[in-house]
Amino acid sequence: MATQARAAAIVGIHEYPSRDVEGAVTPLHIKTESALRALEDAGLTIADVDGIYDAGDGGMMSGLAISEYFGIKPNVIDTTMVGGSSYEYHAAHAARDIAAGKCRVALLTYGSTAHSNAFAIGVGGRGGPAAAPWDNMDGFTGMTLVSNYAMVAHRHMYEYGTTSEQLAEISVATRYHAMRNPEAVAGMTALEFMDIRETTIEDVVNSRIIADPLHLLECCMISDGGGAVVIASAEVARDCKKAPVWLLGSGEATGYPENGGDITTSAAAQSGPSAFGEAGVTPSEIDIAMIYDSFSITVLALLEDLGFCKKGEGGAWVEGGRLRFDRPNDGPALNTDGGGLSSNHPGMRGIFLLIEAARQLRGESTSQVDGAKLAVAHGNGGMLGSRHCAGTVILGKD
Amino acid sequence: MADEKKIPRRPLPNVKEPDTAPFWAGTREGELRYQRCDDCETIVFYPRHHCTNCLGRNLSWHVSKGEGTVYTYSVIRQAYHPFFRSKVPFAVAWIDLDEGPRVLSNLTGIEDPSNGVSIGQRVTVDWEEHEELSIPLFRPL
Ligand SMILES: [Zn+2]
Repeated sequence: MATQARAAAIVGIHEYPSRDVEGAVTPLHIKTESALRALEDAGLTIADVDGIYDAGDGGMMSGLAISEYFGIKPNVIDTTMVGGSSYEYHAAHAARDIAAGKCRVALLTYGSTAHSNAFAIGVGGRGGPAAAPWDNMDGFTGMTLVSNYAMVAHRHMYEYGTTSEQLAEISVATRYHAMRNPEAVAGMTALEFMDIRETTIEDVVNSRIIADPLHLLECCMISDGGGAVVIASAEVARDCKKAPVWLLGSGEATGYPENGGDITTSAAAQSGPSAFGEAGVTPSEIDIAMIYDSFSITVLALLEDLGFCKKGEGGAWVEGGRLRFDRPNDGPALNTDGGGLSSNHPGMRGIFLLIEAARQLRGESTSQVDGAKLAVAHGNGGMLGSRHCAGTVILGKD
Repeated sequence: MADEKKIPRRPLPNVKEPDTAPFWAGTREGELRYQRCDDCETIVFYPRHHCTNCLGRNLSWHVSKGEGTVYTYSVIRQAYHPFFRSKVPFAVAWIDLDEGPRVLSNLTGIEDPSNGVSIGQRVTVDWEEHEELSIPLFRPL
């Protein structure tokens, strides 16, 4: 622990509460509202912000667009866009930029009206004129996002004997947490979920199959939403309203199809060790695992790749409700806000992983793990079964 | 004519995309082509203008026998695109060709994709012909 830098900390967070804005609100409004509230949470103002991190939801040349929209002139502009993992990269880059003295207060924002715009994220897309050679080789197959992940699940089952019941544990645990989060419950209500209650493994495996072997309740929702995170230097953090949530380590990696490659191992196997190594902690010390739950299989594969258990042993490892917040002696609690499976998923969920990790380390979660000290936020951007980006961030409290 | 427009079509690749154009040109001849590096023997797929091992430009085109093994698959039961919506349930699969390339395609010639597909299954190319190219689908051997 002595080697930890503790140069930068999350000092302000806000999650935009509505999952269905009914068209009256734009992504830019969500970003702005969230920025204001997160700065308020920190005890800072927009005038303090000198670093902007944006994944392009603000439009073309989003670093410029957002600076102008907010009316600020930051010294650092980072527009890394790696899908749902973008915000883990932004947090890592902000920590690096702050440590280097390039900025003192970094602002990350996200806004999306994916639900209101009726984006068919999971089952749509694929079909426009292909610009890139890789798209030109798979666009004709009709592979949906769900089926892309489903192919990872099938191979995982084939190689390791993983079952649908084991994968369902992930959906059951996240719903268990969502039912304790009023904003998640309100969200599921607004999105007209059929049966808003805690689920069982039977519920999950009896829900209809979207793409074999993944069932409906193993797939994340499509909602509106957004949020903001303020990251500040140690010096600024000392005077902020809330206790700092330190960024202790990070890792980044790419994954893509390789001839003869192993589809069950993701880029997290590279980003994880890098992040844990920098933080000087091991997976067994982690209290909170905020793992991008686009689908059940995403979490299972990522838990293995991050080193919580060995490759192939994830199925047995998650059995028996192990990932619930009220089982602290069994390892980390998973996605205590309810995750993408049961709280919100506006398309790029990475920012919520940071927000809920910070809530837990502040003691503010609706599924609070007593004395939570260390969290991991792992974002997966792109498609797990083909090309994807991994971003791992380790967070800790004083 | 209005009616004909409504028939949903498979989205087709752009035969002019420079890296993959020789592959799609090959499909017109019924050839399933892939690249191999003359310098380091690395198999390169998807097609591109250099070797992914040594970045060398000395790639040669070879023709696969078209046989391979299902590495993994999924049966798609819900799709938004009109063509694929008309095809559900259908199987998408990563197939390891015997020569080494891993290709993404659809499985065809299977009565019930819910039961007729498995990992490790042997398959062979089955061309779906179009005006400018053919699409390499795969059916059980
Ligand atoms: Zn080579």
